[in-house]
Amino acid sequence: MLPEIGQFSLILSLFFAFSLAFVPLFGYWANNRLLLEMARPLTFIMSFWVLVGFVILTWSFAIDDFSVLYVSQNSNSQLPIWYKLSAVWGGHEGSLLLWVLILAGWCSVVALKIKTLPKDIGPIVLALLGIISTGFLAFLLFTSSPFIRLLPNTPADGGDLNPLLQDFGLIVHPPLLYMGYVGFSVAFAFAVAALITGNLSSSWARWARPWTAASWAFLTLGITLGSWWAYYELGWGGWWFWDPVENASFMPWLAGTALLHSLAVTEKRGVFKSWTVLLAIFTFCLSLLGTFLVRSGVLTSVHSFAADPTRGVFILVLLFLFVGGSLLLYAIRAAQVRSTVSFGVTGREAWLLLNNILLTVLTLTVLLGTLYPLIFDALGLGKISVGAPYFNTVFTPIALLLIVFMAVGPLSKWHHTKANVFLWPCFVSAALSIFLSAAVIFIYELNFIAWLSLTVVFWVVCLSFSDWFSKVSAGTKGIIPRARQLPRNYYGMLLAHLGIVVSLVGIVLVSLNSSESLLRLSPGDSANVAGYEFRFDALEQVRGPNYVADKGHFTAYKNGELVAELHPEKRLFTTRQQVMTEAALDAGFTRDLYISLGEKLDGAAWGVRIYVKSFVRWIWLGGLMMMAGGLLAALDKRYKRRVGAANA
Amino acid sequence: MRKILLFIPLFVFLILGVFFYLQLGKDTQYMPSALIGKNVPNFKLVSLETDQVLTQADLPKRAYLINFWGTWCPACHIEHPFLVELAEQGVILVGVDYKDEKALAEQWLVEKGNPYTMILMDELGHFGVDLGVTGAPETFVVNRAGQIVYRHQGPISAENWPEIRGYLQ
Repeated sequence: MLPEIGQFSLILSLFFAFSLAFVPLFGYWANNRLLLEMARPLTFIMSFWVLVGFVILTWSFAIDDFSVLYVSQNSNSQLPIWYKLSAVWGGHEGSLLLWVLILAGWCSVVALKIKTLPKDIGPIVLALLGIISTGFLAFLLFTSSPFIRLLPNTPADGGDLNPLLQDFGLIVHPPLLYMGYVGFSVAFAFAVAALITGNLSSSWARWARPWTAASWAFLTLGITLGSWWAYYELGWGGWWFWDPVENASFMPWLAGTALLHSLAVTEKRGVFKSWTVLLAIFTFCLSLLGTFLVRSGVLTSVHSFAADPTRGVFILVLLFLFVGGSLLLYAIRAAQVRSTVSFGVTGREAWLLLNNILLTVLTLTVLLGTLYPLIFDALGLGKISVGAPYFNTVFTPIALLLIVFMAVGPLSKWHHTKANVFLWPCFVSAALSIFLSAAVIFIYELNFIAWLSLTVVFWVVCLSFSDWFSKVSAGTKGIIPRARQLPRNYYGMLLAHLGIVVSLVGIVLVSLNSSESLLRLSPGDSANVAGYEFRFDALEQVRGPNYVADKGHFTAYKNGELVAELHPEKRLFTTRQQVMTEAALDAGFTRDLYISLGEKLDGAAWGVRIYVKSFVRWIWLGGLMMMAGGLLAALDKRYKRRVGAANA
Repeated sequence: MRKILLFIPLFVFLILGVFFYLQLGKDTQYMPSALIGKNVPNFKLVSLETDQVLTQADLPKRAYLINFWGTWCPACHIEHPFLVELAEQGVILVGVDYKDEKALAEQWLVEKGNPYTMILMDELGHFGVDLGVTGAPETFVVNRAGQIVYRHQGPISAENWPEIRGYLQ
C-alpha cells in the first residue's frame, strides 16, 4: 500500500509543479496579482508531496520491502542500516528522486526568501523552477518510477547495493553534488526571469549572487568528496581521472566559478550584462549535460551504471526545451541590452574579464576533451578516447596562468587602477616567491615544474596577504577593528583563493614527489618504500556483515620507530559475488601511507601495492577551504536586506 | 550584426544536440579490434577433442567464426543454443575454450551439444591475449582469405546475427 501512496504523491507533486509552472506566468501575462502570488503556496505544496514520496521510498528501504523493484535491486536484508538508507540514491530512480527533492528544497528556500525580491521577479523565478521541476518529475514518473512493484512474486531478498557504493564518501557525495548542480538552476531562473521581464538591469545579478555562491560551495564540496572517495576506494591511489563523469561535474564548477565573478562585475558596475546572463544559462546547461551524460550511456564511464537510451531521449528533450528555450529567449532579448559604462584596461572589470575568458577557455577545453570521442564517433571516424595526457597538457598551463592573475586581480580598483597599486606588491611578492620556492626545491630536491608551481603558490599567498594588509592598515582605526569590518564576501574570496593554492601544493607534490611500488610479499616479508619500512606481519580471514575478506596486517616503521599499523582488505561481497579492494591508509598532514592488496599469487605471496604520497591531503583541504569561502560569500550580510532597503 | 551573433549559442547548442541524438542507443562499450584486416595470429594449441597439437594451418579454408567461450562464463550458457542452431545451418565455428578445464568443457559439450568443427584449448589465455579478447563470449569473423574482418563482444543472438552474417560473406 505504502509504495502506491508514494507513487500517488509523486503524481500529485507533478500536478502542482505543472500548476506552478503556468499559473504565475499566466498571472504575469494577464497582469493578475492574485495568480502571481499563487507561486509561493504552490511551491510549498509541490515540495511537500515530493518529500512524502522520498520519505516513503526511504521507509521501504528501511523495512526491506523487496516487493518494490528498486529496493530489491539496490538493497539487501544483510546491509547495515545506514547503507540501506543511502541505497535510496544508489541507483538511477532513487538518485533522480533525490535530485527532484533537492530541487524542491531550493524552490522552497527561494519561496521563503521571496520578500527580498521585487514583486514580479519572485513568482516568475518560482514559475521557472516549476517548469524545471515539471520536466524532472515527468522524467521520474514516466521513465524511471522508483515505486514499481514486483507483485505477486516478491523476492525473498534483494540484490544488494553495489559494493563500490557501500562507503561513507558515497553516502554524502551524490546529495552534495546535486545540491550544487540543482542550485545553479536558481541562478538560471533569475537570469531567465530577467530576460522575460526585460529588466536586465544589474539588480538580477545581485539577487543571484548568494544563490550562486551557495551552489558553488556545495558543488566544490561534492567534487572534493568524490575525489577523496576515488582515492581511497578505487585502490590505486589516483585522485582525479579525467573520467567523463568527473568532467561532467567539473565543467559546471568551472563555469560556475566564472559566473560568480561575472555576477560581481555585473552587479557592481553594470557591465557584461548579456554575457553574465549567457554564462548563467551555460552553467545550468552544463549541470543538465552532466545528468544527461551520466544517465544516457552516451559516453563510456565507470559511473554510467544506469545507461538506458529511452531515458537518454527524455533527458535530451528536456535539455532541448530548457536550454534551447532559454537560448532562444536570450537571442531575442539580449539585443536590447546596452552597456553604457566604460572601463579602463587596468580596472577591476578588465581583470575579471580576464578571469572569465580564462575560465571559459578552461571549461571549453574540458568540454572538447569530453565530447571529442563522441563527435568523432558520430562522424563515423572511429573510436578514440581522450585521456589524462590531453587534459594535463592543455589544462595545466591555462590553469596556472589563471592562478597567477588570480593573485593580482583583487589588488585592482574598479574602473581604473593606478600603476603603483600593483607595482610594489607584485615586485616584492615575485622576488620573495621565487626565492622561497627555490629554497624549498633545493631542500627537497624537486624539479623545475615544482619550482614553477611553488613560485605561483607563494606568489598568491604573498599578494593575498599584501592585499589584506593594505586594506586593514589604511586609516586610523587600528588593524583589528578594520579587519573585522571587512565584509564576509572579502574573506570568502580570500579563503577560496588560498584554497586553490593549497590544492595546488597537494596536486604538484603528489604528482612529483610520491613513491609507488608493486611488490610480491608473503607474510613475514618486509619492503622499503621512500624511507619507510613496511612489514607484512600476517594475513587473516575475517567476516563482515555482507562480505568475507582477506585482511592483511602491515606495520610501517621509519628509522626503526613504529609509525602506523595498516590493515588492507580484499573483500568478497557474497550476494553479488563481487570482489572489492579496501585500501589501508595512514593519513598525515605531509604524507599518506597507502597499501592495497592486489592479486593472490602462488603460495602465500600476494601482489601488494604500497604508495607514499606527499601532501595528498592538501588537495582536499584546499577544496574544503574553497567551500568555506563560497559559504562565507553566500552569507554576506548585504544580501539579507530587503528590496526597499537595498534601493534606498 | 550583433543580433545574429546572439543566435550563435543557440546554433552551437542545436548542433551538439544532434550529435547527442545520433549517439543515443549506440553501444559505447564496443571497441573495434586492432586486428581487423590482419591474419589470425600464429598459435600452437591442443585440440580439446583429439589431444593433437593444432596450428593455423589446420584452420578452415572457408569463411568461419572464432568463438571464445568457457564453462565458467554465464553469458556463454545463453549463447550456446544459438551457436548450435548456427552450426545446423552450416556456419563453420572454431571454438576456443578459454581459461577453462578440460573435463568441465567435455561435459558441457556432451550435455549441450557441440556446434564447433574444431575446438582449441586455451587454458592459460595466451591466444586470447594475442587476439585481444576482453572476455567471453567473444567472436571473430574470419573471411576466406584468412583475415579477421569483424569482432563481436558478448553473446551472439538472433538480434545481432544478421550483422555478423553480413561480415561472413
